[in-house]
Amino acid sequence: MNVSILEERKGSIANKRGKGVSCERESVSGSVSQRACVYCGARVVLNPITDAYHIVHGPIGCASYTWDIRGSLTSGEDTYRNSFSTDLRETDIVFGGAKKLTAAIDELMEKADPRPKLIFVYATCIVGVIGDDVEAVCRMTEQKYGIRCIAVKAPGFSGTKSQGYKLACDAIMTLIAPHKNQAKQFGVNIIGDYNLSGEMWIIKGYLAQIGIPVISTITGDSSYGKLIQAPSATLNIVQCAGSSVYLAERMQEEMDVPYIKVSFFGIEDTTSSLLRIADALGVPELSQSARAFAKKKTAEVLPIIEKYKPYLKGKKAAIFVGGGFKAISLIRQFNELGMKTVVVGTQTGKKDEYEIIGSIVDEDTIVLDDANPAELERFMIEKQADILVGGVKERPLAYKLGVAFCDHNHERKHPLAGFAGIENFVREVHLSINSPVWQYVKGGAA
Amino acid sequence: MMDLTPKEVKERSALRVNPCKTCQPVGAMFAALGVHGCMPHSHGSQGCCSYHRTVLSRHFKEPAVASSSSFTEGASVFGGRSNITTAAKNIFDIYNPDVIAVHTTCLSETIGDDLASYLMDIDVPQGKVMVHCNTPSYVGSHINGFYNMMMGFMNYLTKKSGTSNEKTAVFPGWVNPGDIRELKRIASLMNVDTTFFPDQSGVLDAPMTGKYVMYPEGGTTLDEIKGLGDCEGLIALGEIIGIEPAELLKKKWKVPYALLPMPIGVTYTDLYISELRKQSKTEVPGELEKERGRLVDLLLDSHQYTYQKKVAIFGDPDVVIGLTSLVLEMGMIPKYVITGTPKEEFTRKINALFDKYGVSDCVAKANKDLFELHQWIKNETVDIMIGSTYGKQIARAEDIPFIRAGFPVLDRYGHPLLPIVGYIGAIRLVEQITNALLDRFDRDVSDENFEIVL
Repeated sequence: MNVSILEERKGSIANKRGKGVSCERESVSGSVSQRACVYCGARVVLNPITDAYHIVHGPIGCASYTWDIRGSLTSGEDTYRNSFSTDLRETDIVFGGAKKLTAAIDELMEKADPRPKLIFVYATCIVGVIGDDVEAVCRMTEQKYGIRCIAVKAPGFSGTKSQGYKLACDAIMTLIAPHKNQAKQFGVNIIGDYNLSGEMWIIKGYLAQIGIPVISTITGDSSYGKLIQAPSATLNIVQCAGSSVYLAERMQEEMDVPYIKVSFFGIEDTTSSLLRIADALGVPELSQSARAFAKKKTAEVLPIIEKYKPYLKGKKAAIFVGGGFKAISLIRQFNELGMKTVVVGTQTGKKDEYEIIGSIVDEDTIVLDDANPAELERFMIEKQADILVGGVKERPLAYKLGVAFCDHNHERKHPLAGFAGIENFVREVHLSINSPVWQYVKGGAA
Repeated sequence: MMDLTPKEVKERSALRVNPCKTCQPVGAMFAALGVHGCMPHSHGSQGCCSYHRTVLSRHFKEPAVASSSSFTEGASVFGGRSNITTAAKNIFDIYNPDVIAVHTTCLSETIGDDLASYLMDIDVPQGKVMVHCNTPSYVGSHINGFYNMMMGFMNYLTKKSGTSNEKTAVFPGWVNPGDIRELKRIASLMNVDTTFFPDQSGVLDAPMTGKYVMYPEGGTTLDEIKGLGDCEGLIALGEIIGIEPAELLKKKWKVPYALLPMPIGVTYTDLYISELRKQSKTEVPGELEKERGRLVDLLLDSHQYTYQKKVAIFGDPDVVIGLTSLVLEMGMIPKYVITGTPKEEFTRKINALFDKYGVSDCVAKANKDLFELHQWIKNETVDIMIGSTYGKQIARAEDIPFIRAGFPVLDRYGHPLLPIVGYIGAIRLVEQITNALLDRFDRDVSDENFEIVL
């Protein structure tokens, strides 16, 4: 199918020779965008808090679609794996839903065991329109029950998914702000890792082996009790910069916790991240220990990469992920494998990230902001991609095009971070690209 | 897993926990995907469209293409007229569908967008059409959205030419492409010329060709929808999902209808076939009789393992009614039967089935959630559960064998390709249910009672 490109979209597509890609813009009406909304952004960031009650105040849909959707693992409670909602009905729309929200919270407080310590109330699209004062209900709840109850006003229309990330970060700040004056302790917070397939545990394990304590994790495998210790940390390490750099900046400003951006995808980024964390802590022994650790681990994974490289060398990859920082890591990882990235798209990439991307890809690589299926299809075909790395909505599209696929989003089933993740990633890419199924697909009915 | 769920059940009136339903727009999107060359369009915030596409993609393991009006702050204050106008232009320019099927969302409903008048003012290219329906997310469930979209199409497109097209319309309800293929196969064996509406077969189970087409070959064509008013009769499957669109076609164009339960199990498949026989006035071919005979044979062979086994069934009303009828035919006890969709008609139908088969101590409820079902199970457990993927947490927590059926099934493969309707579908379900019980028996039985032959 030959699909033309919307005029308004042309600025969001670039190759290295052209001008920079324009980004951080709202989607065009009528476009089959892969983007989600403000509520979605807020929910995915806060959802992994394991002992929080996430109540969606609105009609049922938004609660249904976000019920246990993220593979964020827990070592403690599994409250967050349930779906709570006020399931607003027509009468609530007419007469207001605040009463129902209060009643829902009362029902929860009366019946839930263990007693909730932390509630997030997400106000979706229509709550502002019908005039419910969600903040007042949350304040009343805090007074009445002596717990934390935080409003996340996230109507879908109020911006992009990034706006939702920001709201989630603000909610975390509201949660931890009362604890900002506690004594400092040596150690880091891991920020912007959602413990998908237990990835945060891997990173935490590396830091432990190097000798760096982890104070709090935001938000993968976190809990109310651990989160409020976050202000006591010496350093924030920010993994998913797209969702969390704003939080790190606020914590730096208001709580005196400096931050560095890290990425644990691929040998290059994992090694440099571990070294930079140790260096930032300013303890020479830790830097030495980090260097030795990375060296040892690299030696362990290199043979694995070498083993798969002959099957992957020269293959072409297309990348379509949420944040720009992850795209950068993936491009580097494909470079390590001798593969070439021919198409790169993100949903919420920032200007500086697109600049870095421009500097590590080839001249003719296509760079897209907020790509839609038609564009992805066109450029994957044009550039003859062998594999697409993306999320749930892109998987069937890739398969239909006869292109292999690796899920680097919520549906990843193996950890892809750290040295352990490299093996999983390489194996997944290999399995999909070199599966025997393609013989039947590409040749058609023989 | 699910350590939170307390055994003691207390009445809740405001808090919904672990829903057994979702909102109208996804139903509208799914129905619209059953129309050939159609771009479903979500008139609301971008997230709605994204969520609906995601859940459909996760269920069918296929691309589910739809566009969005991408509401901003401005649209929510000033209304979405300019969004839908721009969207229509962009969609026809770029994606070139035959029809755009617009559904509303909670947002566009609440701000009072008047889609009928917006659409009238849009300059639709020659030969193309736009239709719309209202799908307020705070009314009913995804089931309402499904039939509202059917009615949207019928309101805009159906006609009566005065000459019968000698066809029978079939509304298959919310089923998988594999079910639609089976329903069509039966109709064709019965020699009935049909129009299925909607028809996701060939769309959401499009075969792999190495090429991606945005509008695959399947789907009810616009001409077929226009011709619904010229049909001789209508068979609407699913008494809850089918009644309103069937009534509409009758009211508009005097097409008489038969409203039947979803043809799951022996009895309900018999009803479908006997209705087809009325339409075609031909005898039931030997092939179908033999299929029925094989199903009954299987029921007989397996009954010793299914008799009196207790089952919990949950999901969408019509599928659950069909499944309940089937398990009763298998001699099982449908201990708990729930739907999240608020339709009291559901409860009456299920209770009537309980009476018909003389089972007691069973509970049927509409407008319930899976948290409450879990609580009931904690008080008195069941031998097996049947329903959507969302039951898997309960099944694991309580260690109960679990058969996936209905919507959505997010964690298994192949299910949309195979039927649960018709005698063949029933054979498949009986096999799955019986073998799940036997697998559990083999897992739990002591070594000395472990046997090769069962």
